[in-house]
Amino acid sequence: MIRFAAKRLLSLILSLIAASIVIFAVIEVIPGDPASFMLGVNARADTLDALRDQMGLNDPLPLRYINWIGGMLTGDFGTSWTYKTPVADLINDRIWVSLPLAIYALLLSTLIAFPAGIIAASRRGGPADISIMGATQLGVAIPNFWFAMILVLVFAINLRWFSAGGFPGWDNPALALKSLTLPAIALALPQAAILARVMRSSLLDNLGEDYIRTARAKGLTRRQALWRHAVRNALIPVLTIIGLQFSFLLAGGIIIEQVFFLPGLGRLIFQSISARDLIVVESVVMLLVFVVIVVNFAVDLAYATVDPRLRAKS
Amino acid sequence: MTHFTKLLSASVLALTAGMASAQTDITVAIQLEPPNLDPTGGAAQAIDSVLYSNVFEGLTRFMADGSVVPGLAASWDISEDGLTYTFTLQSGVMFHDGTTMDAEDVKFSLDRARAEDSTNAQKGLFADIADVTVIDPATIAVTLAQPNGSFLFNMAWGDAVIVAPESIETIASNPIGTGAFTFTDWVQGDRLELTRNDAYWGDAPALESATFRFISDPTAAFAAVMAEDVDAFVGFPAPENLPQFEADPRFQVLVGNTEGETILSMNNQMPPFDNVLVRQAVSLAIDRQAIIDGAMFGYGTPIGTHFAPHNPDYVDLIENSSHNPDRARELLAEAGFADGFTTTLKLPPPSYARRGGEIIAAQLREVGITAEISNLEWAQWLEDVFKAKDFGMSIVSHTEPMDIGIYANPDYYFQYDNIVFQAVMEKLNTTTDPDMRSELMAAAQTLISEDYVNGYLFQLAVPTVAKAGLNGLWLDQPTAAVDLTGVSWSE
Repeated sequence: MIRFAAKRLLSLILSLIAASIVIFAVIEVIPGDPASFMLGVNARADTLDALRDQMGLNDPLPLRYINWIGGMLTGDFGTSWTYKTPVADLINDRIWVSLPLAIYALLLSTLIAFPAGIIAASRRGGPADISIMGATQLGVAIPNFWFAMILVLVFAINLRWFSAGGFPGWDNPALALKSLTLPAIALALPQAAILARVMRSSLLDNLGEDYIRTARAKGLTRRQALWRHAVRNALIPVLTIIGLQFSFLLAGGIIIEQVFFLPGLGRLIFQSISARDLIVVESVVMLLVFVVIVVNFAVDLAYATVDPRLRAKS
Repeated sequence: MTHFTKLLSASVLALTAGMASAQTDITVAIQLEPPNLDPTGGAAQAIDSVLYSNVFEGLTRFMADGSVVPGLAASWDISEDGLTYTFTLQSGVMFHDGTTMDAEDVKFSLDRARAEDSTNAQKGLFADIADVTVIDPATIAVTLAQPNGSFLFNMAWGDAVIVAPESIETIASNPIGTGAFTFTDWVQGDRLELTRNDAYWGDAPALESATFRFISDPTAAFAAVMAEDVDAFVGFPAPENLPQFEADPRFQVLVGNTEGETILSMNNQMPPFDNVLVRQAVSLAIDRQAIIDGAMFGYGTPIGTHFAPHNPDYVDLIENSSHNPDRARELLAEAGFADGFTTTLKLPPPSYARRGGEIIAAQLREVGITAEISNLEWAQWLEDVFKAKDFGMSIVSHTEPMDIGIYANPDYYFQYDNIVFQAVMEKLNTTTDPDMRSELMAAAQTLISEDYVNGYLFQLAVPTVAKAGLNGLWLDQPTAAVDLTGVSWSE
């Protein structure tokens, strides 16, 4: 197990280094001068130059890369060019919207998908299976932002149960959770649909395996065999999907954050890209890459826990 | 009416008035969030939208109708030669941190804006200042290098507000001004809060507190107003929804003018646009009203030159370029392009450009001109079009007030180079006599219209949707501002 973890850890570090180089290079080649964006069309050449100096844009590229990486390793993410506040503070504010939203959505999607997938698999071909599969088909097909707009129309504009967007802050946790509810549902349903289908097919694969027949032969009912043996084995592909989905929910909330005007990481990236606040873009993207890689690392370790065969193989 | 019923109705009135007058706060939404809160260090209009007149004030200020009136300067004397402005400052003005505002702060602000290392986005406003001298704490003299007829106008801009040396270090995150509202909180990405400044030197505003929210997505904007999450949306991004609000008694819709001349800009140095016949042909090929109807859902005033139609000095020159595709084809043939030509049309993100661009491309196709559309982000537009001048045509709304002077700069991105025009502008800059100025401005407008420098489309409208009962919001936007000092709730 330790050798397995060490190997995964090494590949984690290499991935991070590669990612940092790619991110820095890609962002540097995007056309557009951050200084002229900030100063607009009436700016004079000397003003632009003064600002570029102030932002360190006149330094050579490798030096800027080293400054950036060195800063991040020591916990200093730099200062945003447009917001003029430390990037770490910006991220710290935003992550308390995006992270709870991602977790909320993931919980909802798992809570919906597990029962749905298990019921569909255990009643294969029956009316429950057909209606659940029909619903998931719809869930996969509907884009989450469209679904979000429908939710706003029904629950915010017509019924007035929720506000149409915005985030009041965590001073009042109940209110904060309430404001994340519609976005979480909008994010969760399409994910739940995917997860339920994976759960169902993975369970069905396992139900056809020899070990289930052995379990049945031992005297277990179909239901007992399903719960004690099949579900656990079916979890591996489901875990993979959950890992991927968490990364997607954290980084991919951009559109949902836009629809509900939530001050999350996605919206921060979106605004920073259009304002060419490169230092913020670089740091936030790097942070997201870090989270994705760490989540994958955690999923790898979770496989090993669920499935002892993986440990043995390494 | 008996005494009893009189009494009853009076007390009912008093009761309802007492209940209704409870609202002294407001939630205003605007599209873009200010990147930071330093109006003297960036071009982002959202900074002024939130802070202008509310938190920061200058020597002079814009009123809702665009006129320039005294601000922190109570009065001024202009010397005979037009070079020295002696300002007498308002007395008893305090910054929000409790320090006094005096002539030293004015000197600091002006010197900082015109300093060599200044990052003021409108440094040109201060270019003519030769010297700033403190006479006494309440009096300051500004000496210009040459007479400047628009100096008092320049000092009204959001970029020329008075700041204090004590609080300048943290201005970007904690703005300290002299205005009727103090800055209290900014939850980045979500909202910004202002509170009434009880030590304000001028008339106290009716509102006790104000919250700004930032909603750029048109659908989200619609939902926020409909759900009554916000009390007003200044610069509502979806003109197609306005009729729905107009029909709803809960809301009022105000459609005002901005200083944004929306033009089809042409690269005057690049063939074939270096030929005035071609530029004229393009101008005649365009049907303005179709663009206003199609791209702006009917909101916008047609213009025939680069000047705001609500300005008293505006000259109506629309006839110079009224829609005439047949004449456009003749002009193209005369210029040697009987079969038309192909050029680029580079569009920045706003919907007037993206939607307008499609319509213009279709109209140009009618006369044989193929415009290849490419959509750019702002940063990319600034790089490609504005800086590198790598474009044939573009659509932009020039939102700076009174910016016809850009035509005198041959390096400006559309690269109009006309000595006669430059001479007119130079004369205008040094003229202070109002009649003479009007004449020169008319001459300038006529020159660029008859030279077909750009295709003049329409003055950009700014729609505001507000709850019924909200009074005092600016109708027009002579400068980017959501001035809350005169806003109140009725009943």
